[in-house]
Amino acid sequence: MEDFLPARGVRFVRRRAFDWVAEVGRVTLMLRDVVRFLIPGLRSFGRLVQQMNAIGVGSLWLVVVVSLFTGAVAAVQAAYQFTAVVPMRYLGSVILRSVIIELGPVLTALVIGGRVGASIAAELGTMKVTEQIDALRAMAIHPVRYLVVPRVVAAVIMLPIITIFSDAIAIFGGYVVAITSIGVSSHTYTQSLKDFFLMKDLWSGLIKSFFFGGIIGTMGCFHGFATEGGAEGVGLATTHAVVASCVLVLISDYVLANVLFRFIFAA
Amino acid sequence: MIRIRGLRKHLGTRQVLDGVDLDIAAGETVVVMGRSGTGKSVLLKHIIGLMKPDAGSIEVEGQEIVGMGERELDAVRRRFGMLFQSAALFDSLTVGENVGVGLREHQRLPEPEVRRRVAERLEWVGLSGVEAMKPGSLSGGMRKRVGLARAIAMDPQYILYDEPTTGLDPIMADAIDGLIRGMQQRLSVTSVVVTHDMTSAYKVADRMAMLHDGKIVFTGTPDEVRATTHPMVRQFVAGSSTGPIRPL
Repeated sequence: MEDFLPARGVRFVRRRAFDWVAEVGRVTLMLRDVVRFLIPGLRSFGRLVQQMNAIGVGSLWLVVVVSLFTGAVAAVQAAYQFTAVVPMRYLGSVILRSVIIELGPVLTALVIGGRVGASIAAELGTMKVTEQIDALRAMAIHPVRYLVVPRVVAAVIMLPIITIFSDAIAIFGGYVVAITSIGVSSHTYTQSLKDFFLMKDLWSGLIKSFFFGGIIGTMGCFHGFATEGGAEGVGLATTHAVVASCVLVLISDYVLANVLFRFIFAA
Repeated sequence: MIRIRGLRKHLGTRQVLDGVDLDIAAGETVVVMGRSGTGKSVLLKHIIGLMKPDAGSIEVEGQEIVGMGERELDAVRRRFGMLFQSAALFDSLTVGENVGVGLREHQRLPEPEVRRRVAERLEWVGLSGVEAMKPGSLSGGMRKRVGLARAIAMDPQYILYDEPTTGLDPIMADAIDGLIRGMQQRLSVTSVVVTHDMTSAYKVADRMAMLHDGKIVFTGTPDEVRATTHPMVRQFVAGSSTGPIRPL
Protein backbone atom coordinates (compact mmCIF):
# COMPACT_ATOMS: atom_id res chain seq x y z
CA MET A 1 0.00 0.00 0.00
CA GLU A 2 1.21 3.53 -0.81
CA ASP A 3 2.49 5.51 2.17
CA PHE A 4 0.32 8.31 3.42
CA LEU A 5 1.71 11.47 1.77
CA PRO A 6 2.31 13.53 4.97
CA ALA A 7 4.21 10.58 6.51
CA ARG A 8 6.51 10.47 3.47
CA GLY A 9 6.97 14.21 3.76
CA VAL A 10 7.95 13.91 7.44
CA ARG A 11 10.43 11.12 6.61
CA PHE A 12 11.94 13.23 3.83
CA VAL A 13 12.36 16.26 6.09
CA ARG A 14 13.82 14.10 8.88
CA ARG A 15 16.32 12.50 6.48
CA ARG A 16 17.32 15.90 5.12
CA ALA A 17 17.74 17.23 8.66
CA PHE A 18 19.97 14.27 9.59
CA ASP A 19 22.02 14.76 6.39
CA TRP A 20 22.44 18.44 7.20
CA VAL A 21 23.55 17.75 10.79
CA ALA A 22 26.00 15.11 9.52
CA GLU A 23 27.40 17.58 6.97
CA VAL A 24 27.87 20.26 9.65
CA GLY A 25 29.71 17.64 11.71
CA ARG A 26 32.02 16.75 8.82
CA VAL A 27 32.78 20.42 8.12
CA THR A 28 33.58 20.90 11.81
CA LEU A 29 35.97 17.93 11.76
CA MET A 30 37.70 19.34 8.69
CA LEU A 31 38.06 22.73 10.39
CA ARG A 32 39.53 20.98 13.43
CA ASP A 33 42.14 19.42 11.13
CA VAL A 34 42.80 22.83 9.53
CA VAL A 35 43.61 24.24 12.97
CA ARG A 36 45.66 21.15 13.86
CA PHE A 37 47.74 21.35 10.69
CA LEU A 38 47.86 25.16 10.43
CA ILE A 39 51.56 25.54 11.22
CA PRO A 40 52.84 22.40 9.38
CA GLY A 41 50.58 23.22 6.43
CA LEU A 42 52.16 26.65 6.03
CA ARG A 43 55.75 25.38 6.11
CA SER A 44 55.65 25.24 2.35
CA PHE A 45 55.37 28.98 1.72
CA GLY A 46 55.44 28.38 -2.04
CA ARG A 47 52.11 26.50 -1.97
CA LEU A 48 50.48 29.35 0.00
CA VAL A 49 51.76 31.99 -2.42
CA GLN A 50 50.60 29.89 -5.36
CA GLN A 51 47.08 29.74 -3.90
CA MET A 52 47.09 33.46 -3.02
CA ASN A 53 47.98 34.16 -6.62
CA ALA A 54 45.23 31.87 -7.95
CA ILE A 55 42.58 33.29 -5.61
CA GLY A 56 43.59 36.95 -5.60
CA VAL A 57 45.43 37.88 -8.74
CA GLY A 58 43.38 35.45 -10.82
CA SER A 59 40.13 37.13 -9.72
CA LEU A 60 41.31 40.71 -10.16
CA TRP A 61 39.75 41.54 -13.51
CA LEU A 62 36.41 40.04 -12.57
CA VAL A 63 36.40 42.09 -9.35
CA VAL A 64 37.35 45.25 -11.27
CA VAL A 65 34.39 44.90 -13.65
CA VAL A 66 31.89 43.98 -10.93
CA SER A 67 33.05 46.74 -8.56
CA LEU A 68 33.19 49.46 -11.22
CA PHE A 69 29.60 48.86 -12.28
CA THR A 70 28.42 48.36 -8.69
CA GLY A 71 29.74 51.82 -7.81
CA ALA A 72 28.24 53.27 -10.97
CA VAL A 73 24.81 51.73 -10.31
CA ALA A 74 24.96 52.84 -6.66
CA ALA A 75 25.51 56.42 -7.85
CA VAL A 76 22.60 56.31 -10.30
CA GLN A 77 20.23 54.73 -7.75
CA ALA A 78 21.25 57.09 -4.94
CA ALA A 79 20.85 60.14 -7.19
CA TYR A 80 17.36 58.95 -8.18
CA GLN A 81 16.34 58.53 -4.53
CA PHE A 82 17.94 61.84 -3.46
CA THR A 83 15.98 63.87 -6.01
CA ALA A 84 14.15 66.70 -4.22
CA VAL A 85 14.77 65.08 -0.83
CA VAL A 86 18.51 64.98 -0.04
CA PRO A 87 21.19 67.39 -1.36
CA MET A 88 23.53 65.81 -3.94
CA ARG A 89 26.56 66.79 -1.86
CA TYR A 90 25.85 63.68 0.24
CA LEU A 91 26.10 61.39 -2.79
CA GLY A 92 29.75 60.51 -2.17
CA SER A 93 29.13 59.64 1.46
CA VAL A 94 26.23 57.31 0.66
CA ILE A 95 28.25 55.49 -1.98
CA LEU A 96 31.28 55.32 0.33
CA ARG A 97 29.45 53.85 3.31
CA SER A 98 27.24 51.46 1.36
CA VAL A 99 30.29 50.20 -0.55
CA ILE A 100 32.75 49.72 2.31
CA ILE A 101 30.22 48.35 4.81
CA GLU A 102 28.13 46.12 2.56
CA LEU A 103 28.46 46.12 -1.21
CA GLY A 104 32.24 45.75 -1.45
CA PRO A 105 32.67 42.82 0.97
CA VAL A 106 29.50 40.94 0.00
CA LEU A 107 29.70 41.31 -3.78
CA THR A 108 33.41 40.49 -3.75
CA ALA A 109 32.68 37.39 -1.66
CA LEU A 110 29.88 36.29 -3.99
CA VAL A 111 32.05 36.79 -7.07
CA ILE A 112 35.06 35.04 -5.53
CA GLY A 113 32.77 32.37 -4.08
CA GLY A 114 31.53 31.59 -7.58
CA ARG A 115 34.91 31.63 -9.23
CA VAL A 116 37.28 30.31 -6.57
CA GLY A 117 34.84 28.05 -4.70
CA ALA A 118 34.02 26.29 -7.95
CA SER A 119 37.65 26.05 -8.98
CA ILE A 120 38.79 24.59 -5.63
CA ALA A 121 35.91 22.08 -5.55
CA ALA A 122 36.55 21.00 -9.14
CA GLU A 123 40.31 20.59 -8.59
CA LEU A 124 40.01 18.65 -5.33
CA GLY A 125 37.00 16.69 -6.64
CA THR A 126 39.00 15.57 -9.67
CA MET A 127 41.90 14.63 -7.38
CA LYS A 128 39.49 12.58 -5.27
CA VAL A 129 37.95 10.61 -8.15
CA THR A 130 41.35 9.98 -9.78
CA GLU A 131 42.77 8.57 -6.50
CA GLN A 132 45.24 11.46 -6.07
CA ILE A 133 43.93 12.12 -2.55
CA ASP A 134 44.39 8.41 -1.74
CA ALA A 135 47.92 8.63 -3.18
CA LEU A 136 48.71 11.49 -0.76
CA ARG A 137 47.37 9.50 2.19
CA ALA A 138 49.29 6.42 1.04
CA MET A 139 52.46 8.54 1.22
CA ALA A 140 51.54 9.58 4.79
CA ILE A 141 50.83 13.15 3.64
CA HIS A 142 47.64 14.41 5.30
CA PRO A 143 45.43 15.92 2.55
CA VAL A 144 44.18 18.65 4.89
CA ARG A 145 47.76 19.74 5.61
CA TYR A 146 48.86 19.57 1.98
CA LEU A 147 45.74 20.80 0.14
CA VAL A 148 43.23 22.44 2.48
CA VAL A 149 45.39 24.62 4.76
CA PRO A 150 47.06 26.61 1.94
CA ARG A 151 43.71 27.18 0.18
CA VAL A 152 41.75 28.25 3.26
CA VAL A 153 44.55 30.48 4.56
CA ALA A 154 45.07 32.03 1.11
CA ALA A 155 41.33 32.79 0.87
CA VAL A 156 41.29 34.30 4.36
CA ILE A 157 44.28 36.54 3.52
CA MET A 158 43.21 37.50 0.01
CA LEU A 159 39.51 38.30 0.55
CA PRO A 160 40.14 41.41 2.70
CA ILE A 161 42.88 42.57 0.30
CA ILE A 162 40.62 42.17 -2.74
CA THR A 163 37.79 43.83 -0.82
CA ILE A 164 39.92 46.97 -0.24
CA PHE A 165 40.68 46.95 -3.94
CA SER A 166 37.01 46.43 -4.78
CA ASP A 167 35.94 49.27 -2.43
CA ALA A 168 38.34 51.67 -4.16
CA ILE A 169 37.18 50.70 -7.65
CA ALA A 170 33.48 50.95 -6.71
CA ILE A 171 33.95 54.41 -5.17
CA PHE A 172 35.78 55.41 -8.34
CA GLY A 173 32.90 54.03 -10.45
CA GLY A 174 30.46 56.14 -8.43
CA TYR A 175 32.73 59.15 -8.84
CA VAL A 176 32.82 58.81 -12.64
CA VAL A 177 29.01 58.61 -12.87
CA ALA A 178 28.53 61.41 -10.32
CA ILE A 179 30.66 63.94 -12.19
CA THR A 180 29.79 62.89 -15.76
CA SER A 181 26.04 62.29 -15.64
CA ILE A 182 24.63 63.54 -12.33
CA GLY A 183 26.35 66.89 -12.24
CA VAL A 184 28.12 66.60 -8.89
CA SER A 185 31.51 68.29 -8.91
CA SER A 186 34.69 66.37 -8.26
CA HIS A 187 35.41 68.51 -5.19
CA THR A 188 31.92 67.95 -3.71
CA TYR A 189 32.17 64.18 -4.20
CA THR A 190 35.64 63.85 -2.66
CA GLN A 191 34.80 66.24 0.19
CA SER A 192 31.75 64.10 0.97
CA LEU A 193 34.00 61.03 1.08
CA LYS A 194 36.41 62.76 3.50
CA ASP A 195 33.63 64.13 5.75
CA PHE A 196 31.85 60.85 6.27
CA PHE A 197 34.66 58.31 6.20
CA LEU A 198 34.81 56.32 9.44
CA MET A 199 37.58 53.86 10.11
CA LYS A 200 35.18 51.51 11.88
CA ASP A 201 33.11 51.21 8.68
CA LEU A 202 36.18 50.03 6.80
CA TRP A 203 37.09 47.63 9.61
CA SER A 204 33.61 46.18 9.70
CA GLY A 205 33.78 45.40 5.97
CA LEU A 206 37.24 43.87 6.28
CA ILE A 207 36.28 41.74 9.29
CA LYS A 208 33.32 40.43 7.32
CA SER A 209 35.48 39.65 4.29
CA PHE A 210 37.94 37.77 6.53
CA PHE A 211 35.11 35.42 7.55
CA PHE A 212 33.80 35.24 3.98
CA GLY A 213 37.28 34.09 2.85
CA GLY A 214 37.18 31.29 5.42
CA ILE A 215 33.72 30.23 4.25
CA ILE A 216 34.68 30.17 0.56
CA GLY A 217 37.93 28.25 1.10
CA THR A 218 36.31 25.77 3.48
CA MET A 219 33.26 25.10 1.30
CA GLY A 220 35.38 24.62 -1.83
CA CYS A 221 37.66 22.14 -0.07
CA PHE A 222 34.86 20.34 1.80
CA HIS A 223 32.72 19.74 -1.27
CA GLY A 224 35.78 18.81 -3.32
CA PHE A 225 36.73 16.16 -0.75
CA ALA A 226 33.13 14.91 -0.60
CA THR A 227 33.07 14.20 -4.35
CA GLU A 228 31.87 10.72 -5.31
CA GLY A 229 31.76 9.07 -8.73
CA GLY A 230 33.22 10.56 -11.88
CA ALA A 231 32.67 13.70 -13.94
CA GLU A 232 29.07 14.00 -12.77
CA GLY A 233 30.22 13.94 -9.15
CA VAL A 234 32.76 16.69 -9.83
CA GLY A 235 30.03 18.81 -11.42
CA LEU A 236 27.74 18.29 -8.43
CA ALA A 237 30.52 19.10 -5.97
CA THR A 238 31.26 22.33 -7.85
CA THR A 239 27.61 23.37 -7.77
CA HIS A 240 27.27 22.51 -4.07
CA ALA A 241 30.43 24.46 -3.23
CA VAL A 242 29.20 27.60 -5.00
CA VAL A 243 25.67 27.40 -3.58
CA ALA A 244 26.92 26.71 -0.04
CA SER A 245 29.48 29.54 -0.25
CA CYS A 246 26.92 32.08 -1.44
CA VAL A 247 24.22 31.07 1.06
CA LEU A 248 26.66 31.02 3.98
CA VAL A 249 28.17 34.37 2.96
CA LEU A 250 24.71 35.98 3.04
CA ILE A 251 23.69 34.33 6.33
CA SER A 252 26.98 35.17 8.03
CA ASP A 253 26.73 38.72 6.65
CA TYR A 254 23.52 39.17 8.64
CA VAL A 255 25.00 37.60 11.79
CA LEU A 256 28.22 39.61 11.55
CA ALA A 257 26.34 42.84 10.86
CA ASN A 258 24.41 42.30 14.09
CA VAL A 259 27.51 41.49 16.10
CA LEU A 260 29.59 44.32 14.64
CA PHE A 261 27.06 47.17 14.66
CA ARG A 262 25.12 46.26 17.78
CA PHE A 263 28.03 45.32 20.02
CA ILE A 264 31.56 45.90 18.75
CA PHE A 265 31.13 49.21 16.86
CA ALA A 266 27.90 50.25 18.60
CA ALA A 267 29.22 53.44 20.19
CA MET B 1 55.31 -9.92 7.03
CA ILE B 2 51.65 -9.02 6.53
CA ARG B 3 48.98 -11.19 8.18
CA ILE B 4 45.32 -10.70 7.30
CA ARG B 5 42.61 -12.55 9.23
CA GLY B 6 38.82 -12.54 8.83
CA LEU B 7 38.75 -9.24 6.91
CA ARG B 8 35.20 -8.14 6.16
CA LYS B 9 33.98 -5.05 4.37
CA HIS B 10 30.66 -4.11 2.87
CA LEU B 11 30.16 -1.21 0.45
CA GLY B 12 26.54 -0.13 0.09
CA THR B 13 24.52 -3.32 0.15
CA ARG B 14 27.32 -5.52 -1.22
CA GLN B 15 29.60 -7.65 0.97
CA VAL B 16 32.87 -7.03 -0.88
CA LEU B 17 35.24 -8.80 1.52
CA ASP B 18 33.71 -11.65 3.48
CA GLY B 19 36.40 -13.05 5.72
CA VAL B 20 39.69 -12.73 3.83
CA ASP B 21 42.63 -14.69 5.31
CA LEU B 22 46.03 -14.15 3.70
CA ASP B 23 49.69 -14.22 4.79
CA ILE B 24 52.40 -12.38 2.86
CA ALA B 25 55.91 -13.36 3.93
CA ALA B 26 58.84 -10.96 3.99
CA GLY B 27 60.54 -10.58 0.61
CA GLU B 28 57.96 -12.48 -1.42
CA THR B 29 55.72 -11.24 -4.22
CA VAL B 30 52.12 -12.34 -3.80
CA VAL B 31 49.70 -11.84 -6.66
CA VAL B 32 46.02 -11.53 -5.73
CA MET B 33 43.99 -12.45 -8.78
CA GLY B 34 40.29 -12.40 -9.35
CA ARG B 35 37.57 -11.00 -11.55
CA SER B 36 37.02 -7.29 -11.91
CA GLY B 37 34.92 -6.00 -9.03
CA THR B 38 35.77 -8.82 -6.60
CA GLY B 39 37.39 -6.42 -4.13
CA LYS B 40 41.10 -6.80 -4.99
CA SER B 41 41.73 -3.05 -4.88
CA VAL B 42 39.60 -2.78 -1.73
CA LEU B 43 41.87 -5.38 -0.12
CA LEU B 44 44.99 -3.39 -1.08
CA LYS B 45 43.51 -0.18 0.32
CA HIS B 46 42.85 -1.97 3.62
CA ILE B 47 46.48 -3.14 3.82
CA ILE B 48 47.72 0.47 3.66
CA GLY B 49 44.93 1.79 5.89
CA LEU B 50 43.10 3.83 3.24
CA MET B 51 39.90 1.95 4.09
CA LYS B 52 38.68 0.71 7.44
CA PRO B 53 37.23 -2.82 7.64
CA ASP B 54 33.93 -3.77 9.28
CA ALA B 55 35.71 -6.62 11.04
CA GLY B 56 38.97 -8.55 10.95
CA SER B 57 42.64 -8.00 11.57
CA ILE B 58 45.63 -6.79 9.54
CA GLU B 59 49.06 -7.10 11.10
CA VAL B 60 52.15 -5.50 9.55
CA GLU B 61 55.27 -6.95 11.19
CA GLY B 62 53.17 -7.99 14.16
CA GLN B 63 51.61 -4.54 14.55
CA GLU B 64 47.82 -4.46 14.33
CA ILE B 65 46.80 -1.59 12.04
CA VAL B 66 43.01 -1.98 12.28
CA GLY B 67 41.78 0.62 14.74
CA MET B 68 44.95 2.72 14.52
CA GLY B 69 44.61 6.52 14.42
CA GLU B 70 45.78 8.44 11.32
CA ARG B 71 49.02 9.51 13.01
CA GLU B 72 50.04 5.95 13.88
CA LEU B 73 48.91 4.78 10.44
CA ASP B 74 51.15 7.39 8.81
CA ALA B 75 54.16 5.81 10.54
CA VAL B 76 53.16 2.44 9.03
CA ARG B 77 52.43 3.95 5.61
CA ARG B 78 55.97 5.35 5.38
CA ARG B 79 57.16 1.76 5.05
CA PHE B 80 54.91 1.29 2.01
CA GLY B 81 54.92 2.43 -1.59
CA MET B 82 51.83 2.09 -3.72
CA LEU B 83 51.31 2.12 -7.46
CA PHE B 84 47.70 3.02 -8.21
CA GLN B 85 45.71 1.61 -11.11
CA SER B 86 45.53 5.03 -12.79
CA ALA B 87 49.02 5.93 -11.46
CA ALA B 88 47.29 8.81 -9.56
CA LEU B 89 50.02 11.31 -10.47
CA PHE B 90 49.42 14.84 -9.20
CA ASP B 91 48.37 16.80 -12.30
CA SER B 92 49.52 20.15 -10.95
CA LEU B 93 53.10 18.94 -10.34
CA THR B 94 55.85 18.02 -12.78
CA VAL B 95 57.13 14.45 -13.01
CA GLY B 96 60.15 15.37 -10.88
CA GLU B 97 57.97 16.99 -8.23
CA ASN B 98 55.66 13.95 -8.24
CA VAL B 99 58.53 11.56 -7.61
CA GLY B 100 60.09 13.84 -4.99
CA VAL B 101 56.94 14.79 -3.11
CA GLY B 102 57.43 12.22 -0.34
CA LEU B 103 61.12 13.08 0.03
CA ARG B 104 60.36 16.79 0.32
CA GLU B 105 57.47 16.29 2.76
CA HIS B 106 59.07 13.74 5.07
CA GLN B 107 62.81 13.54 4.80
CA ARG B 108 63.91 17.18 4.79
CA LEU B 109 66.85 16.31 2.55
CA PRO B 110 68.90 19.07 0.88
CA GLU B 111 67.40 19.96 -2.50
CA PRO B 112 70.38 18.61 -4.55
CA GLU B 113 70.02 15.25 -2.77
CA VAL B 114 66.27 15.16 -3.51
CA ARG B 115 66.99 15.87 -7.19
CA ARG B 116 69.65 13.17 -7.28
CA ARG B 117 67.28 10.61 -5.75
CA VAL B 118 64.47 11.63 -8.13
CA ALA B 119 66.79 11.27 -11.15
CA GLU B 120 68.04 7.91 -9.87
CA ARG B 121 64.53 6.48 -9.37
CA LEU B 122 63.43 7.72 -12.78
CA GLU B 123 66.51 6.07 -14.28
CA TRP B 124 65.59 2.78 -12.56
CA VAL B 125 62.22 2.82 -14.34
CA GLY B 126 63.83 3.80 -17.64
CA LEU B 127 62.67 7.41 -17.76
CA SER B 128 65.75 9.58 -17.41
CA GLY B 129 65.42 13.27 -18.15
CA VAL B 130 61.64 13.61 -17.93
CA GLU B 131 61.61 15.55 -14.64
CA ALA B 132 60.21 18.75 -16.17
CA MET B 133 57.33 17.08 -18.02
CA LYS B 134 53.76 17.29 -16.78
CA PRO B 135 51.76 14.08 -16.19
CA GLY B 136 49.22 15.17 -18.79
CA SER B 137 51.79 14.81 -21.56
CA LEU B 138 52.80 11.22 -20.64
CA SER B 139 51.58 7.99 -22.22
CA GLY B 140 49.82 5.33 -20.11
CA GLY B 141 53.00 3.27 -19.76
CA MET B 142 55.09 6.29 -18.82
CA ARG B 143 52.52 7.30 -16.19
CA LYS B 144 52.71 3.85 -14.62
CA ARG B 145 56.51 4.01 -14.57
CA VAL B 146 56.49 7.48 -12.99
CA GLY B 147 53.97 6.13 -10.46
CA LEU B 148 56.39 3.29 -9.72
CA ALA B 149 59.32 5.71 -9.39
CA ARG B 150 57.23 7.71 -6.88
CA ALA B 151 56.32 4.53 -4.99
CA ILE B 152 59.98 3.54 -4.58
CA ALA B 153 61.35 7.03 -3.92
CA MET B 154 61.30 6.57 -0.14
CA ASP B 155 62.93 3.11 -0.18
CA PRO B 156 59.82 1.24 1.01
CA GLN B 157 59.84 -2.21 2.59
CA TYR B 158 56.51 -3.04 0.95
CA ILE B 159 55.17 -2.15 -2.49
CA LEU B 160 51.50 -2.53 -3.37
CA TYR B 161 50.62 -2.69 -7.07
CA ASP B 162 47.01 -2.09 -8.12
CA GLU B 163 46.47 -3.52 -11.62
CA PRO B 164 49.96 -2.48 -12.82
CA THR B 165 49.50 -3.71 -16.40
CA THR B 166 45.84 -2.88 -17.02
CA GLY B 167 45.35 -0.77 -20.12
CA LEU B 168 48.90 -1.29 -21.42
CA ASP B 169 49.99 -2.97 -24.62
CA PRO B 170 51.66 -6.43 -24.15
CA ILE B 171 55.17 -5.08 -24.68
CA MET B 172 54.76 -2.30 -22.13
CA ALA B 173 53.03 -4.76 -19.77
CA ASP B 174 56.07 -7.05 -20.02
CA ALA B 175 58.35 -4.08 -19.30
CA ILE B 176 56.31 -3.25 -16.17
CA ASP B 177 56.47 -6.92 -15.09
CA GLY B 178 60.25 -6.74 -15.51
CA LEU B 179 60.35 -3.62 -13.33
CA ILE B 180 58.29 -5.33 -10.61
CA ARG B 181 60.73 -8.27 -10.54
CA GLY B 182 63.64 -5.84 -10.72
CA MET B 183 62.39 -3.86 -7.72
CA GLN B 184 62.08 -7.03 -5.68
CA GLN B 185 65.68 -7.96 -6.46
CA ARG B 186 67.11 -4.44 -6.15
CA LEU B 187 65.28 -3.38 -2.96
CA SER B 188 64.41 -6.79 -1.43
CA VAL B 189 60.85 -5.56 -0.96
CA THR B 190 57.72 -7.49 -0.10
CA SER B 191 55.17 -6.96 -2.85
CA VAL B 192 51.44 -7.45 -3.24
CA VAL B 193 50.18 -7.26 -6.82
CA VAL B 194 46.49 -7.32 -7.64
CA THR B 195 45.67 -8.14 -11.21
CA HIS B 196 43.42 -10.13 -13.51
CA ASP B 197 46.17 -10.30 -16.14
CA MET B 198 47.33 -13.93 -15.89
CA THR B 199 50.34 -13.46 -18.18
CA SER B 200 51.63 -10.77 -15.85
CA ALA B 201 50.68 -12.77 -12.73
CA TYR B 202 52.79 -15.79 -13.76
CA LYS B 203 55.78 -13.56 -14.51
CA VAL B 204 55.94 -11.69 -11.22
CA ALA B 205 54.45 -14.04 -8.61
CA ASP B 206 56.23 -16.10 -5.99
CA ARG B 207 52.79 -17.07 -4.75
CA MET B 208 49.30 -16.50 -6.12
CA ALA B 209 46.00 -16.13 -4.28
CA MET B 210 42.57 -16.11 -5.84
CA LEU B 211 39.88 -13.81 -4.42
CA HIS B 212 36.30 -14.77 -5.17
CA ASP B 213 33.03 -13.85 -3.46
CA GLY B 214 34.94 -11.93 -0.80
CA LYS B 215 37.17 -14.84 0.22
CA ILE B 216 40.58 -16.20 -0.73
CA VAL B 217 39.57 -19.50 -2.34
CA PHE B 218 43.03 -20.72 -3.35
CA THR B 219 46.71 -19.97 -2.71
CA GLY B 220 49.74 -21.59 -4.32
CA THR B 221 52.87 -21.08 -6.35
CA PRO B 222 52.54 -20.38 -10.09
CA ASP B 223 53.34 -24.06 -10.76
CA GLU B 224 50.63 -25.14 -8.32
CA VAL B 225 48.16 -22.80 -10.06
CA ARG B 226 49.02 -24.34 -13.43
CA ALA B 227 48.55 -27.83 -12.02
CA THR B 228 45.50 -27.27 -9.82
CA THR B 229 42.17 -28.99 -10.31
CA HIS B 230 40.36 -26.28 -8.31
CA PRO B 231 37.40 -25.55 -10.64
CA MET B 232 37.28 -21.78 -10.05
CA VAL B 233 41.01 -21.31 -10.55
CA ARG B 234 40.98 -23.48 -13.67
CA GLN B 235 38.07 -21.52 -15.11
CA PHE B 236 39.73 -18.17 -14.29
CA VAL B 237 43.14 -19.18 -15.68
CA ALA B 238 41.52 -20.57 -18.82
CA GLY B 239 39.42 -17.43 -19.21
CA SER B 240 36.28 -19.51 -19.70
CA SER B 241 32.74 -18.20 -19.30
CA THR B 242 31.45 -21.65 -18.34
CA GLY B 243 32.09 -23.07 -14.89
CA PRO B 244 31.38 -22.31 -11.26
CA ILE B 245 32.11 -18.57 -11.71
CA ARG B 246 29.13 -16.94 -13.36
CA PRO B 247 30.12 -14.31 -15.92
CA LEU B 248 27.14 -12.02 -15.21
